[in-house]
Amino acid sequence: MWDNQTILMIVEGTGVTLYMTLVSTLIAYLLGLPMGIILVVTAPGGLKPNKIIYKILDVIVNIVRSIPFLILLMLIIPFTRLIVGKSYGATATIVPLALAAAPFVARLVESSLLEVDHGVIEAAQSMGASLKTIIWKVLLAEARTSLIVGATISLGTILGYSAMAGVVGGGGLGDIAIRYGYYRYQADIMIVTVVLLVALVQILQMIGTKLSKKLDRRITG
Amino acid sequence: MIQIKDVTKTFTGKDNTVEALKGISLEIHQGEIYGIIGMSGAGKSTLVRCLNFLERPTSGTVCVEGKDLSMLTDKELRETRTHIAMIFQHFNLLMQRTVIDNICFPLEITKVPRKDALSRARQLLEIVGLTEKELAYPAQLSGGQKQRVAIARALATNPKILLCDEATSALDPTTTKAILALLKEINQKYGITIVIITHEMAVVQEICSHVAIIDEGTLAETGTVEEVFQRPKSNAAKKLVFQKEGGRYDEMKGKRCIRIVFTSNSSFEPVIANMVLTCKMPVNILLADTRDIGGVAHGQMILQLPEETAVAEKMIEYLKERKLEVEELNNYVG
Repeated sequence: MWDNQTILMIVEGTGVTLYMTLVSTLIAYLLGLPMGIILVVTAPGGLKPNKIIYKILDVIVNIVRSIPFLILLMLIIPFTRLIVGKSYGATATIVPLALAAAPFVARLVESSLLEVDHGVIEAAQSMGASLKTIIWKVLLAEARTSLIVGATISLGTILGYSAMAGVVGGGGLGDIAIRYGYYRYQADIMIVTVVLLVALVQILQMIGTKLSKKLDRRITG
Repeated sequence: MIQIKDVTKTFTGKDNTVEALKGISLEIHQGEIYGIIGMSGAGKSTLVRCLNFLERPTSGTVCVEGKDLSMLTDKELRETRTHIAMIFQHFNLLMQRTVIDNICFPLEITKVPRKDALSRARQLLEIVGLTEKELAYPAQLSGGQKQRVAIARALATNPKILLCDEATSALDPTTTKAILALLKEINQKYGITIVIITHEMAVVQEICSHVAIIDEGTLAETGTVEEVFQRPKSNAAKKLVFQKEGGRYDEMKGKRCIRIVFTSNSSFEPVIANMVLTCKMPVNILLADTRDIGGVAHGQMILQLPEETAVAEKMIEYLKERKLEVEELNNYVG
């Protein structure tokens, strides 16, 4: 059973899973990072409070976050088709993955930025810093450790979601686990894919933790 | 330099409103070290934030260098703020930047080229005495060192005014003295007007030329530090003048006490001893200390007088004849 073909399939699956995870996370951040920043800036008591923008964004984030991923995956098939031309395969899975993760990322970014000491922001304001400067050089720079920790959490979560996409023929390790391990009762393949998924999350987590520690200047020595 | 006129500030919460400032007018002149003192919650921190519009006053005007801050556009206000530096109780340094990059930060805001910024920052590090800490991160510094970095950062853009919000409150007495000495030096060398917010009379006595006492959002008293210390008029001022580390003097409660102030030219004659000899009655010295106000030694003494009214009156007369400031403390509660 463990012929070259199977091994090749699993190696390829690992690659596809990584591809889906990394690209989805990237897109999720492209969408979620600005959303998180806008949430913090427009919040009551924020740098530029704006009730309407804040409320709209807040509601959107909550709605998308409360839709189970599996449902969202199917719900937006027409939209996915519109963007990538088909509704199955790894690239097509990236669309719902990124869309589902963006609000999650927005919340993570929001909480990271809220951790930044208000006094430091006030100090920047007292120096005549513009909103742009405060966002880039104070909020994002001071929160970078927390942001990296958040990104690591996002990667792990998106990796888990990507496995779910196997249900609709999404490709990757999750897809293999469902097709071979579940439908064909090949327990060994199931176990191998699960172990691989766990290992991937472990590695990503380790890199993230290392990186955030290395870039944190609040620890002496 | 700074004119504050009828400034009020009301914070409106969900179910309550707080009047932090209730109509305050002040004038601060070029080159002064102006102390604004009050108990916590008196509104002094709000007041200082009105000076650079970190808080917008609910009503009233704040003019800095002749410009009414409320009339400025956002951009003009930011430009004006580069002339009004501020330091804080908790230093508020960027924790993820080195000391030198922290000092460069305001220069990045004003778009000074990196090379010029670095040389300016090094020059400032020398002024505050931290040259060897250039590449350290704030987390590796002591409180006093952090405040020195904050001062260097504040001075980077050559401000005309320096606002200090409880800048020494998180520091120990020795470090406080050193930081105050640095502020005084900066004031004298570069002519920067300094506004100091504090709850400690000792800070005001140490370096301020003028003082305003804020009490529950109103201006209780203003004047030179010497005037206010010698003849505190308001209750808030008296409280602050008699405050001393480690508690106040409750034991004077309900007794007939007087407070006398010696200036440098009244300390030649042994006044109290002579008074006791003349009146043939002892007095109880409840408090005696000397404070250095603007380089001149001022002594203050609180005496508990004998119960006989005639003798007590005679003693007061005696002291007044010797041109001492005498003040009765009727049931004064410290």
